[in-house]
Amino acid sequence: MPNILVVEDSATMRQLIGFAMRRIPEARVIESTDGVDALKKLSSEKIDLILADINMPVMDGLKLVSLVRGNPLYKNIPIIIITTEGAEEDKKKALAIGANAYLPKPIQTQDLIKLVNSIIS
Amino acid sequence: MDKESNITKKADEFLQIFKKGEEFTKDLLKENERLRFRIAQLEETVEQSHNEERIELYEERIKMLEEEHNSLLEKHRQVEEENKDFASKYVEVEAENNNLANLYVASYQLHSTLDFNEVLRIVLEIIINLIGAEEFAIFLMDDKTNELIPVASEGLSLSGIPKIKMGEGIIGTVAKKGEGYFSEGITHVSEVDAQSPIVCIPLKIKEHVLGVISIYKLFVQKNSFSNIDYELFNLLAGHAATAIFSSRLYTQSERKLMTIQSFLDLLKEKPRR
Repeated sequence: MPNILVVEDSATMRQLIGFAMRRIPEARVIESTDGVDALKKLSSEKIDLILADINMPVMDGLKLVSLVRGNPLYKNIPIIIITTEGAEEDKKKALAIGANAYLPKPIQTQDLIKLVNSIIS
Repeated sequence: MDKESNITKKADEFLQIFKKGEEFTKDLLKENERLRFRIAQLEETVEQSHNEERIELYEERIKMLEEEHNSLLEKHRQVEEENKDFASKYVEVEAENNNLANLYVASYQLHSTLDFNEVLRIVLEIIINLIGAEEFAIFLMDDKTNELIPVASEGLSLSGIPKIKMGEGIIGTVAKKGEGYFSEGITHVSEVDAQSPIVCIPLKIKEHVLGVISIYKLFVQKNSFSNIDYELFNLLAGHAATAIFSSRLYTQSERKLMTIQSFLDLLKEKPRR
């Protein structure tokens, strides 16, 4: 049963991603509204995959990725960045700091499901 | 003497009989050999005729197998076609599923609150996350001045967006006619003109226009509008309008209720001496 942590400040996006993740067999979605909250969830839950936005209040997605990668306990958790920043340099930056994949908004839920399946399988 | 010649005569006769017997035996052997040869010939002929029968049988079998092979090929082709058909239907169903999920989430979020500012924030979220717009504004109609007042924006400073008179320019015309505007082709301009949107959607309850959503710029990764975008525009036109209208009424009534309550509390207070 994969535990998927969705880190997104937008309730609309959290609901849409949660909707899509219902198509992943036995997946459990845990929601976070920012990077700090996500780190708390990481310490209390066994997380198998992180789906994170970049632009968030309190702590943004890029900072979260670098903190996760710097922590020996969480460094192997796959991270998918879902963001409005669609430029090639943004993608390179996110991948360079350790994100496994990058999906620009607006997302197609079938693309997200395919990507998540390929990573968790 | 006679006796001796008689014995010689009998010996000659016996010899002749023996010679005839020898000749007869030789004839029999020859005939036997000829007949053996003939039997061998006949056997060969019979075998040949058997081979021909077998060949005919094999040819028939090959023909049957070829027919079976062709029929299997045809079935394979049909199955392949069905597979392609199913694959394309699957893609269609997945896209439809995606569209419905987007519409469901947008509609659910729009009606999840009666707080006016929260509704505006949700409309912004939908336009950013589900449509993919980078710069846009929401205008609401001021019925007293007949002007469209900018109430929320993304990527643009709200104070920099002018009020627009009903019927003025693209935005004013959309508000007046109640029909959406979609520019031909999407260009990613660096600086936008608040009067020249690429898309302008009226916010309508039945025929009453409450305001407009004016989109100026899309994200760099967004190059065209898809069916779901138009569905979302339609949804926003109706559902965002009702959500804005009801939340505004609710907020106003809450404010009035608070005023009345304060007034009543004031009346209830005993006069101090």
